[in-house]
Amino acid sequence: MTAPAGGEPSAMGVSAMDSSGGFAGRFRRWLRLHPSLFAMPALLIVSLAITVAIHPTFSDFDLQSLAMGALPLAFAAAAQTAVVISGGIDLSIGSMMAVANVLAASTMENANIGESLALAVVVLLAGAAMGALNGLIVVFSRVPDVVATLALGFIWGGVALLIMEKPGGGAPPEFLNLGAGTLFTTWLPNAVILLVVAVSVIWIPVRQSRLGLQLYAIGSDRVAAFRSGVDIERTRFSAYIFSGLLSAVGGLGLTMTTGIGAPLAGVYYTLSGLAAVVVGGVSLAGGRGGMVGPVMAAFVLTLIPTDLIFLNIDPNFGQVIQGTLIVAIVMIGGFVEMARSRR
Amino acid sequence: MSEPVLLLEATDVAKRFDSVIALKAASLRVCPGEVHGLMGSNGAGKSTLVKIITGVLRADGGRILVKGVARTFGSPAEARAAGIVSVYQDPALVPDLTVGQNMRLARVSLKDVRRRLEELGVTSLDFSSLVRDLPYPTLRLIDLARALASEPAVLLLDEITASLPADLSEQIYLMVRRWRERGNAVIFISHRMAEVSALCDRATVLRDGVTVGVTERAHGSEERIVALMLGAETARAVASATSAPATKAKPRDQEPALEVRGLRHSPLLNDVSFKLYPGEVLGVAALEGQGQEELFDCIAGSRRTDEGAILARGQELRLRHPADAIRAGVVLVPANRLLALLQQRSVRENIALPAFGAIRNWGPIGMRAERARVESATARLQIDTRAGSELSRLSGGNQQKVVIARWLASGFNTLLCFDPTRGIDIGTKRQIYALVRKLAAAGSAVLLFTSELPEIALACDRAIVLFGGRVVAEMPVAEADEATLLRAAHGLAPQLQAVS
Amino acid sequence: MTDQGKPAVSHSVPSALSVAGVISLLRKRTLVALVLLLLAFVAGIEVGRPGTVNALWISNMALFAAPLGIVAAGQTLVMLTGGIDLSVASVATASAYLMATHSGLGLPSVLFGLAVGVAIGLINGVGIALLRVQPLVMTLGTGLMTEGMLVVYSQKMLANAPHVPQFIEDLGAGKILGGVPIDLLLWAPIAVLVVFVLRRTGYGRLLYAVGDNSEACKLAGIRVWRVLLVNYVVCSLLAATAGLVVVGGAGNADLSLADVYLLPSIAAVIIGGTSIFGGRGGYSGTIIGALILTVLNSILTLLDAPEPIRQILYGGIILLLATAYTRLTG
Repeated sequence: MTAPAGGEPSAMGVSAMDSSGGFAGRFRRWLRLHPSLFAMPALLIVSLAITVAIHPTFSDFDLQSLAMGALPLAFAAAAQTAVVISGGIDLSIGSMMAVANVLAASTMENANIGESLALAVVVLLAGAAMGALNGLIVVFSRVPDVVATLALGFIWGGVALLIMEKPGGGAPPEFLNLGAGTLFTTWLPNAVILLVVAVSVIWIPVRQSRLGLQLYAIGSDRVAAFRSGVDIERTRFSAYIFSGLLSAVGGLGLTMTTGIGAPLAGVYYTLSGLAAVVVGGVSLAGGRGGMVGPVMAAFVLTLIPTDLIFLNIDPNFGQVIQGTLIVAIVMIGGFVEMARSRR
Repeated sequence: MSEPVLLLEATDVAKRFDSVIALKAASLRVCPGEVHGLMGSNGAGKSTLVKIITGVLRADGGRILVKGVARTFGSPAEARAAGIVSVYQDPALVPDLTVGQNMRLARVSLKDVRRRLEELGVTSLDFSSLVRDLPYPTLRLIDLARALASEPAVLLLDEITASLPADLSEQIYLMVRRWRERGNAVIFISHRMAEVSALCDRATVLRDGVTVGVTERAHGSEERIVALMLGAETARAVASATSAPATKAKPRDQEPALEVRGLRHSPLLNDVSFKLYPGEVLGVAALEGQGQEELFDCIAGSRRTDEGAILARGQELRLRHPADAIRAGVVLVPANRLLALLQQRSVRENIALPAFGAIRNWGPIGMRAERARVESATARLQIDTRAGSELSRLSGGNQQKVVIARWLASGFNTLLCFDPTRGIDIGTKRQIYALVRKLAAAGSAVLLFTSELPEIALACDRAIVLFGGRVVAEMPVAEADEATLLRAAHGLAPQLQAVS
Repeated sequence: MTDQGKPAVSHSVPSALSVAGVISLLRKRTLVALVLLLLAFVAGIEVGRPGTVNALWISNMALFAAPLGIVAAGQTLVMLTGGIDLSVASVATASAYLMATHSGLGLPSVLFGLAVGVAIGLINGVGIALLRVQPLVMTLGTGLMTEGMLVVYSQKMLANAPHVPQFIEDLGAGKILGGVPIDLLLWAPIAVLVVFVLRRTGYGRLLYAVGDNSEACKLAGIRVWRVLLVNYVVCSLLAATAGLVVVGGAGNADLSLADVYLLPSIAAVIIGGTSIFGGRGGYSGTIIGALILTVLNSILTLLDAPEPIRQILYGGIILLLATAYTRLTG
């Protein structure tokens, strides 16, 4: 609805915008498209700088433990992001991680590295299968995704307990080293490499493909997506497969960083993964955001308790700060939105 | 015209949404190489027919032949594969993707789209801009270019020019003609009679979900199309409109019930002023998108004004929320019933709703008093609740009456009616206009916008015409015949010009 | 819930076994269907383990269902407006813990617990009603925040160990009059009040109206934020109250005391027929939903099913019920 009053041909607006092109214009638009690509690295660098400032002896070892601590959370956030972009939500991610974690730890205990890698593939397939089942149930039961995945979280939690009643199991040290050690330099933990490689291998092809467009499209505007020829149900279904797959990677990460399987360890990651998604600048309304923000937010959220320890503050404040951070970020977002609409 | 094989033939298509019948028996026959107008007043079922033909909705009855073969499309993608593509009333572009990504999503080649856009006069569109950042008219052109890029044999354009500036509309007419010359068909839906008669070869007219006629030559058949669109009943309704409002002179020394001074709301409202007196029905006439919606929203308090004053009975109002307007006795009946009603709740709850705006009414409800109030309002409006107490079971006309009944039950001074008869059957229309007259006779003031210009003469005492966000004409109803209103609504054009 | 409206088509069902007829009846009377389901569960228990269903069992069911029923009452109010509250479990735990660490004060210690509810409810309300944050995100954040603060608080309070006073234990576990659980005496008035508020007060009407179409409410002159703000405070207050009952039943306050109530509180509302999108449902259904979940738990206990199986069955049955309900009411 634009006024013809001025009589200016409206296509002019476009050409005017284009003329401001060049590098600066492109950069500005790129920022608008991916605000988290800028904000999150900045936040991460600032929090790392703070860490180093309050803890001058910050060593390669500290960096490794940070990376190991952040690894499972980062995967949980990535898994949630895949679904949230498509306009859904998955509250069973933590439980799926737990299943993958105990499945790996219980089968790999006496395996060698070759067998372990083969088993890891099986675990990944199991994750994708869990995700597929989630997707089928969410799409075809027509139960709202919040409720359906909450109940499914219960079920997967039960499955994890079924596989392993109490913490135990293990994996060969070479396998654990994939997530816990360092390969090139002690300043580049394997966990970071694993994270970057795994998320890139899974997500970049999706992002580049038509499926990626479809995921964003159904999250942004389902009616317009349908009219553009997108199969809404199939796309929603595939979002849950990716969520299951990335959760399984997260579960393997949990095995690598803790060395054992723990049926209850995953539960925590559903909510804090969602927190990382929100802090990472992905709108829960869907259609916007990417993987970089949530993954980096996972590091920031892991750094907070570490910093508190360095500061000799009760590290339990970490969760307070995480919660407050979510609340503050979404409230500021709401406030900005409101101020804009009032104008 | 010799009878070549039809590109598209829809026969007796029917569709209902719960209790609302959108289409009863709609038929449409489209030949190659023609621009076919699809006409009908609001709610006649044009958009529903388009959605069924293109696979967005499934028909309840009837059949659709494409090039002589019976087809039912389960999705727009299937229809596109069969060569049928539509540009819908609202853009079908995903806001959070770039233009280029939207094209990939719909599987059309960027090169084709760019070429089509150039033909439409858009030469420098940056395909990496986000759809949500682009102005609405540009989106319409992109939508059209995308539709053309899949080389449809049948192109459906649903009100594509409705809110486009004139220069862009011209581009679209050129494109439509070019498309026809290539042996394709274009189904063109528009409310602008001049446009249809200039552009279309034939026209099919829908009324209340039924195809009531097809004109073989659109040009020169304007009168016939209008007669078909309105139906014999309206003519009779016009004749039987008992009240003769125009003759009654209003005492102008009275304090206005509502006064608007220099109202602005960027970009659509530029300086609107008028006075509305108690006991008067003031009609507002305007083509689509001339600021009428913004005007009503501002007065009703659901949109903030940039500048200007709104006074109710001499008191300037500070409107921050609809509640402020309602407290001053100014109430709104919006065009879109879905915006105003609680579809899952009962008629009674819908009517009683405004009472609970005040916190002091949050306590126990006096059920008996409430029932009495609601029943008196439903009786006055003759709301037919036989279908059930649930609102969603009522017909569209009865639902619209519920919105009015709500304000009857809670009391008001000034009623703002925005296109209250959109998509409503003729009988209910007459009831609603009779009611509006009755309310005015009882001393209320009514501001009435209607998209159907003849209705102004039916219900109003005086009319103002909006164009480009300004009041361009004011006249007593005796002078407000359709032709005069139309002329004024098109700006200052002295007579109706065919668009060429 | 339609109270009056008699089924107009009852005569058109000639065969008592007509599936379509039964489905259409259940569709109209979801409450009847829920009660039948509850009775079927109870009958199942009695058939499987004769003699189980006796006065003591029934009294125990009521005892266990009460805290869930109270949390779910708040959840019902919130979900009727189209929202959700994921902070109820944390609020309940925090309320119990704060009360327990102030138990030296006697009865006023309860106020500390309830104050937590009001405080968190206010934060939720301000975020959701005024700043229009999505309820899921907002309550997730406040939930994490509450839990975190509670952990910090518990570390600080090591000297002042939580102690559950006798009157709270009585509230959560006691019975009087030969088997009437005391918490039922708290739950019943709350239930009556909530049902009354929803059906017969302006506030109740507004909850349905806001959940159905908040834009329509605005056009009708209702300041929606007031309704939502009050509602989230009430929900948290109810959760805080439930926390006191839970800690009374458990006998000691730990930091994950009420976690197990989060999913059931939402499930009870969904099973009870309240739409997660708002505008439809009511508390009577939730009450039955809470009873069904409690009986289901009892069945799983009686089966002596190991914990994992219990969880799987519990989640599966909730999913089935929710699916059946969604499909039935379409």
